[in-house]
Amino acid sequence: MAIPTVMGTEIEFGIIVKNDPDFDPISSCVLLVNAYREDPEGRILWDYDQENPLADARGFQVDGEKYTPNQQENIARNKTLINGARYYVDHAHPEYSSPEVTNARDLVAHEKAGERILEVSRREANLLLPEGALMLLHKNNSDRKGNSYGCHENYLMDRRTSFKRIVENLLPFFVTRQIYCGAGKVGSENRSHPCDFQISQRADFFETEVALDTMVKRPIINTRDEPHADREKYRRLHMIVGDSNMSEYTIYLRNGVTALILSMIEDGAIDRDLALSNPVRSIKEVSHDSNLKKEILLDNGKRMTAVQIQSEFLEMALTYAARNPIDPCTQDVLEKWQHVMTCLREDPMDLAREIDWVAKKQLLEGFIERKGADWEDSRVQMLDLQYHDTRPDKGLYYMLERQGRVERICSDEEINAAAHNPPDDTRAFFRGECLRRYPGEVFGVNWDSISFAQGEDPVRRIMMSEPLKGSRVHVEELLNRSESATELLENLES
Amino acid sequence: MAKFIKSLERRRSDAADISSSIWMAASGEQKKKSKGGGEESSDSTEEGGQKMAKKGEELKEDMDSLMEEIDSVLEENAEEFVKNYVQRGGQ
Repeated sequence: MAIPTVMGTEIEFGIIVKNDPDFDPISSCVLLVNAYREDPEGRILWDYDQENPLADARGFQVDGEKYTPNQQENIARNKTLINGARYYVDHAHPEYSSPEVTNARDLVAHEKAGERILEVSRREANLLLPEGALMLLHKNNSDRKGNSYGCHENYLMDRRTSFKRIVENLLPFFVTRQIYCGAGKVGSENRSHPCDFQISQRADFFETEVALDTMVKRPIINTRDEPHADREKYRRLHMIVGDSNMSEYTIYLRNGVTALILSMIEDGAIDRDLALSNPVRSIKEVSHDSNLKKEILLDNGKRMTAVQIQSEFLEMALTYAARNPIDPCTQDVLEKWQHVMTCLREDPMDLAREIDWVAKKQLLEGFIERKGADWEDSRVQMLDLQYHDTRPDKGLYYMLERQGRVERICSDEEINAAAHNPPDDTRAFFRGECLRRYPGEVFGVNWDSISFAQGEDPVRRIMMSEPLKGSRVHVEELLNRSESATELLENLES
Repeated sequence: MAKFIKSLERRRSDAADISSSIWMAASGEQKKKSKGGGEESSDSTEEGGQKMAKKGEELKEDMDSLMEEIDSVLEENAEEFVKNYVQRGGQ
């Protein structure tokens, strides 16, 4: 029996400051992240002791130096939020890591809340910039000059499922799911074949099938083995293949369908041979064919389109759902996936309300037609970028949303609630509530621990190696009778 | 780095109030629905043709209004902006 779904996303945003000849992305990121402060004293650390990004899921440890910043740098780069998220500076990008959630609907609310949190801090940060300078953020994955930054999905999996089986089952799925997960992009990069428009922002950047790297020679399947949980029981699948989506419907499918497929892998329910002959080449072929007609070569010599391969996965999922208990959210994901697959078979352009790449393509084609422009026109490239702009009055996705031209999954109220409150049903609840209730006593945080410092006493760390423990049901009563973290620790011991 | 963090401490406004921001203000705009596809017509070919033409016209008007709004939000100096949009590689 598959383990319950626990997932989250980590999104790196593009950052630029207009009219600033001295623009430096790292200090701009620090300015941005510090412009959003829930913690008035601003001295809570990210607990790097718990991290090991060099462990490989294939069973070995890679040589390399683990990054550990000094205390001042740590505080300046890391914010842990009351909603259970981490908001921080990663290399030269601001990054928002959602709290752990158990279903695709909560995932959408928390990922969209992240966009709003970044936008609020962007406005605050702009007040501190010199006259005329303007900081802008884009939830995209490429500058169209060969530089890419990620949207990483994380899924908790049963450690007993063999990593080899995960890789075999997932490769054809990941190569083809972009037909309903892609964010769309004008042109190609990274020495990929030239094209006017392609389905995915990221496909051009994948150079190998399976590896630990995330910044060079990017793999379709990343092997980082850092579960942030009991490593005897769990692995965390860290997936770097996806695009940063604006559409709620697309995010919902991206994470909802993938979580369902992973449950099926755990239960051995992927029983069709869809192994591809050359996944690295195919991921680009699929991305570059927005008519969805291109057939890709399978290991067994057959040729199938991406739509046909995804239809095979859908059929297996429907069989699985008929034989296993499925929660209402996953059932809804399955129905929306069926709807999208039907449209993709008939006319993909019918999905402009649901799927990012279609919405963007329709917008750009409309512009090209009316303005007599072409795909090389800098205004068309500008519109591509501006689709991902986080400003509600300038971002083109938000314009479509404002005009009622896109399907929503969550209400504005739900998204705003997710910006200020952790999910109820994971350990993020305990993390977020400790930050809300005892901010002066929290010393350091990581996904699977929180530590407290009281006066001169030694720092005490509470481990949270079970992602589903620490939920509202488990700890709210305990928190309610603990006026301080000192009392909380006493109550935990008694 | 410490210098501008200090400057942040000095002038802080409430960064957390998202709900009162323009996110909500924008929702007063007229909502439009424009689903492509939709109803199947069982009418005669002529009526069906008229309906198709009407639908085509509606789609055109819809696209026109979308393009008007795009004109009002499109970044000025697109060429320069696109040229200068360079990011460092991330993960």
